[in-house]
Amino acid sequence: MWRRPFFWIVAAVIAVFVFAPLIGDNVSLREGLVLAAIYIILASNLNLMLGYAGYINFGSIVFFGLGGYICVWLINSYNWPLAPSLLAAGIGVSVLSFIFGLGILRLRGPFFALSTIGIVEGVQAFVQNFEPWGGSAGIYISPMVFQPLGGPGRALWVIYFLLVAVMGASLYLSYAIKTSKFGLGLLAIGQNEDAAAILGVPTPRYKALVYSVSAFLPAIAGGLYFFKSAFIQPSDAFDLSLSTEALVVAMLGGQGTVTGVAVGAYLYEELRGYLLTSASFSNFQLVIAGALLLVIVLFFPSGLMGFIYSRYPSTKKVLE
Amino acid sequence: MLGILASIIDGVLVGLVYGLAAMGLTLIWGVMDVINLTHGTMIVAGMFTLYLLTSALGVPPYLALPPVLVGGFIVGVALYWIAVHRMIGRPPLMSLLSTFAVNLVLIGIGTGVWGTALFNVAVSVPGISIGRYTFPGAHILAAVLAAVIAAALYLFLHGTRLGRALRAVANNREAAELVGIPSTRLLAIAFGCGVSLAGVSGLLIGTLFPFTVLSGDGYQLKGFVVTVLGGFGNPIGALLGGVALGVLEGAVTPFVPVSWTLVIEFGLFVLVLIAFPGGVFARRGTL
Repeated sequence: MWRRPFFWIVAAVIAVFVFAPLIGDNVSLREGLVLAAIYIILASNLNLMLGYAGYINFGSIVFFGLGGYICVWLINSYNWPLAPSLLAAGIGVSVLSFIFGLGILRLRGPFFALSTIGIVEGVQAFVQNFEPWGGSAGIYISPMVFQPLGGPGRALWVIYFLLVAVMGASLYLSYAIKTSKFGLGLLAIGQNEDAAAILGVPTPRYKALVYSVSAFLPAIAGGLYFFKSAFIQPSDAFDLSLSTEALVVAMLGGQGTVTGVAVGAYLYEELRGYLLTSASFSNFQLVIAGALLLVIVLFFPSGLMGFIYSRYPSTKKVLE
Repeated sequence: MLGILASIIDGVLVGLVYGLAAMGLTLIWGVMDVINLTHGTMIVAGMFTLYLLTSALGVPPYLALPPVLVGGFIVGVALYWIAVHRMIGRPPLMSLLSTFAVNLVLIGIGTGVWGTALFNVAVSVPGISIGRYTFPGAHILAAVLAAVIAAALYLFLHGTRLGRALRAVANNREAAELVGIPSTRLLAIAFGCGVSLAGVSGLLIGTLFPFTVLSGDGYQLKGFVVTVLGGFGNPIGALLGGVALGVLEGAVTPFVPVSWTLVIEFGLFVLVLIAFPGGVFARRGTL
């Protein structure tokens, strides 16, 4: 894998994320990159479903929110350190989604997409009524938990580097899956599920597996994000606009490509930052995201990378 | 025991309105294999038209029906040309995404203008009392109106030339085109009818319960449950499915907290899709 140029492109991107905010201790740049990293994590894991297997998951935010809840809850109620809580969040959400996935992935195409909307509603109703997680009031964690990481100031840097690590893992995961036999099976499902099944792709198992794999890293990212804000409540954890934006990002960059999703995340983050600073647009964030998505779906269904591939075919070999 | 019976009867009344909402969804699916994710928002649009007409212009609630019916049709046709027409014949995921995108824009504008405050339309219709239980007049009237509109749709689909042409397009678009039916125009009309039904059912729901800009999601989910119960693409099945869902809601409400109702309904949605992919009440393709 390291012989391929793409491996080094991703490594360079990670290096930029690590070193750019370190120069001059630039905290505001770091906070901007936190958001970009979260978009990349959510969108590239969503892309495993959307771009490879051709299944729309409207509820990818559930992974992020549930991961956040499990992590914050373990830290707050059982005084677990950060690392095992994150791992528990990732594994817990993956196992849960594998079990769910075996059920709902028997539904095909649009019916699966509809049931992911239902999952968001269901999980939200569960969390709002679940007393150990504070119901609709949520969980606060005391700033004392930042002590083992060297105080709140240093903890924010540690969290940031962990988040960048998760982002790098997401990109490499997308790449590794794309070049594997598993990925080939997923792409076959995306093109024609019946034909794939006839050719021996174990479609239900692959679909449940990719659903569960695409849950792991977003759950860890959710744990980091809500540990950082030291507070979690249902309306933040299951903020529908975030999973919508992940969809927009994946479509903007080009579904099914690794590079496109990362570039799309960066572009969208810049656009959003630009729009949020002007007062008249900040209330209409969803309108902009929706209009952007509509234009992409109607006129550029293969996204930015589709455009680049058709313009410069030689880039296909380098940029996955 | 009598209490449960009363809440079941009330469930039938409300269920007829749910059924009407799902008929719009299923009509569009049956004719062009498109799942309209703006459906919930169109239901909310019906509610807000009712609110604006009654509170600003003082129109009696039920007189808002004709403008919503016509307005919904026009909006639906426009929506077809904007978001759906280019998606016909492409993978269903694309039309799902395009209607989802339009929905985001509409929801964004709605929350920007009205926020997420609760709105309420007061309707005073005398109820009917049986023993200790009183059935609210608004529920009875809404159920009757829903049944009348559903019957009108049935007559339109089976009795008129245009309705028969619509069914022909739903059945086999190429064959319909061969015998001279302008199928694109009919797809636009079908989409208009579907959205119009959503608006009208939203108006009727608005006379029953308070609502916010975001209530559409819940009703849309109910619409999907009803649609799979009744069989995709089958309007009369949808009406029966609506009644079944209403009865279920009426039967479980005394025992289960309200916030769990949607979860139960969603569980039902998945179970029905897995156990009866063709719907419980009828086969597919009977539009």
